[in-house]
Amino acid sequence: MTSALLYDRLQFAFTATFHYLFPQLTMGLALLLLYLRSRVLLTGDEHYEEVADFWTKIFALNFGFGVVTGIPLEFQFGTNWARFSNYAGGVIGQTLAMEGVFAFFLESSFLGLLLFRKRFSRRVQWFATLMLFLGTWLSGYFILATNAWMQHPVAYQVAADGRVFVTSLSGLLTNPWLFWQFTHNMTATVVTASCVVAAVGAYYVLCGQYLPHAKTFLRTGVVAGAIASGLMIFPTGHGNADQVFKYQPVKGAAFEGLFTTEREAGLYLIGQPNLETMTIDNPIEIPGALSILVYKDLYAKVKGLDAFPRDEWPDNLPLLYYAYHVMAGLGTIFVLLFGVALVSLWRGWLFDMKWLLWWLMLCAPFPYIATSAGWMTAELGRQPWLVYGLLRTSQGTSPLVHSGNALFTLIGFLGLYLLLGVLFVLLVSKIIRQGPASTDVPAVSAHHRTGS
Amino acid sequence: MEMAWFIIVTVMLAMYVVLDGFDFGVGMIYPFVARTEADRRTALASIGPVWNANEVWLIAAGAVLFFAYPKAYAAGFSGFYLALILVLWLLIFRGLALELRAQVDHVLWKQGWDTAFATSSVLLAIVFGTALGNLIRGVPLNRDGYFFVPFWTDFRPGSDPGILDWFTVLLGLTCTVILAFHGANYLAMKTEGVLHQRAVSVAWIVGWVSVGCTALTVIAVPMVQPSLSLSFSRNPAVYLAPLIGVIALGYSLYFRFRRRDTSAFLAGSVFIFLMLVSVMFGMYPYILVSTTDQALSLTVFNASTDSYGLTAGVSWFVGGFLLILIYQIYLHSQFLGKTRSDDVH
Repeated sequence: MTSALLYDRLQFAFTATFHYLFPQLTMGLALLLLYLRSRVLLTGDEHYEEVADFWTKIFALNFGFGVVTGIPLEFQFGTNWARFSNYAGGVIGQTLAMEGVFAFFLESSFLGLLLFRKRFSRRVQWFATLMLFLGTWLSGYFILATNAWMQHPVAYQVAADGRVFVTSLSGLLTNPWLFWQFTHNMTATVVTASCVVAAVGAYYVLCGQYLPHAKTFLRTGVVAGAIASGLMIFPTGHGNADQVFKYQPVKGAAFEGLFTTEREAGLYLIGQPNLETMTIDNPIEIPGALSILVYKDLYAKVKGLDAFPRDEWPDNLPLLYYAYHVMAGLGTIFVLLFGVALVSLWRGWLFDMKWLLWWLMLCAPFPYIATSAGWMTAELGRQPWLVYGLLRTSQGTSPLVHSGNALFTLIGFLGLYLLLGVLFVLLVSKIIRQGPASTDVPAVSAHHRTGS
Repeated sequence: MEMAWFIIVTVMLAMYVVLDGFDFGVGMIYPFVARTEADRRTALASIGPVWNANEVWLIAAGAVLFFAYPKAYAAGFSGFYLALILVLWLLIFRGLALELRAQVDHVLWKQGWDTAFATSSVLLAIVFGTALGNLIRGVPLNRDGYFFVPFWTDFRPGSDPGILDWFTVLLGLTCTVILAFHGANYLAMKTEGVLHQRAVSVAWIVGWVSVGCTALTVIAVPMVQPSLSLSFSRNPAVYLAPLIGVIALGYSLYFRFRRRDTSAFLAGSVFIFLMLVSVMFGMYPYILVSTTDQALSLTVFNASTDSYGLTAGVSWFVGGFLLILIYQIYLHSQFLGKTRSDDVH
């Protein structure tokens, strides 16, 4: 791998992963906010309005960071991946331009209204929230349609000069790959948002602050989180794994750590891939489970890595394997945690169970890790292809942007995003410390407020 | 079809400059005209609900360029690598300044973001003007259709140019003063009292500087890029666009003098829009002109996607564009008139 290619890849991976920390919350939160504002509209309940206003503040902060970190991604297609842009622009240019035209204007215009919401009636606020929800989810749809085409190219033809062009717009937008990818990804955003909402609620209950709001946060977060984390595994996670084994079997073999083709293939829960011996070290394995999951048949043959030429293997196998196992492991833990929390909520125990509240509070960062690991699985597993089966990643870079330039800008992004991360944590903790607007401010907090 | 998308990209870019241009202008004059905290809040609130939606025109125009002319997008974005990454970093700082300033109540926090806002606004205006200069002057495209320009070479627009030379710097400065004028007109329209008075005085000064810079640019362009005036002389009817543009600038100054703020702002917008349209028309059919060999230039024909893609694009773009107009008109109509002092979120 030449160094420019490495820096180009690292820069895109880093800026995309960092960017996606923000939209994954805003997309999920948009759905929860729509629920909250609908309740305000239907019942006129001021309590729910305070809850919605509080989360609108967090939404706006996240949205802002999402916007400023999102612009570099579109630019980088051209700056660092010029040959890819030239090659595939005739296809993915469609979905990216549609995202700009249909989603970005919708989001930015109605967020402008919502930020200055005190001028508007509840009906307008509800409508703006609905439009924000539509805008953020549409944006997700178009970006995923772009990625789905890179994972599973459809509706294209190769022209005489070797570039690809779209042959059917509807075919591009209804890529069979897209269905499970979209449902899985968007459900994940709801898990992230639910987890964060529940965690802030748990924090307030543990501190004894803003109890009425905190309980609403917990109720909303736990119910939504339980539903969403269940849907993550079945059917959306299962659907995704199915299509990987169907269309990208080498990716599936790589992330499961299946080096050799076998019947009664086992499922590794844990263990380390060893590239010297081509085995999994120290495995904990469920015998036959992979054959059953993929083909619903214990004796079915699952293709291992040995069934594919070495130059079609993903080029960072251990990272891919670990990323997939981190995602799947965390996904399972979320189901357990939210399951227990849901039962406790239903029985009326949740608000007194300190240990469970601690777990819910500390859980907040983990959906971010799971989502990042999930995307690493999808993207590392696509290697060595940039467009699956059509264009290798090494063929996509900018021919005249040399490694020094790419390294310089990569370091610049690292420094700048470190600053952004610090600022974000500072400001979000400030919003949480200030709490939702309330008349019954607890004693500790009231003292704190007069001090500031 | 190739021409239709050229017009669409032109209109979107011109919309971007007219709309985001005024909030860049507000950023540039902000430290001078808004001296108290109350004035600064009012100035920021005047662009608060709209700047983000304005910026989207840039993103959308970039994406449409990518879609319609992938080859030009690939060549241009990788060729101006350093300048574009600089643009990204400046856009990040500017966005942060606008979003974060109100979040913490501390004098140093506010001063820091004020500086970031003003500096990034000026630098971005210079870079965008310089970029326009680079497009007019041309770039050293190679046989594969790529190029890479350093920040500067010998500051002369020859066959081996840098991003900065005397011509592109002149365009950078022209762009900056014109946007300062535009922003001052906007602020004068949206505010009252001392802030309004200061915005009016600034607008009056930079308005005349804009006239001078525009004149210099109009003289310089045919010297650097003769083909631009050629396409005008081939089709003299389009002389109307720059002509009306210049008249609009004159009217803008006249309205400024008569203290008709809204008219001055609108006339200035017409001037900016028509000047960009004139340049783009003069360039047609070239998107990127080669400084080494005219035959290597990228045109709307050799850089575009295929005809199915362009036609399919029209089918969704028409509806999408109408929706954009509806959102934008609705948004701006909600915040018409003077910015209210309680308009702080």
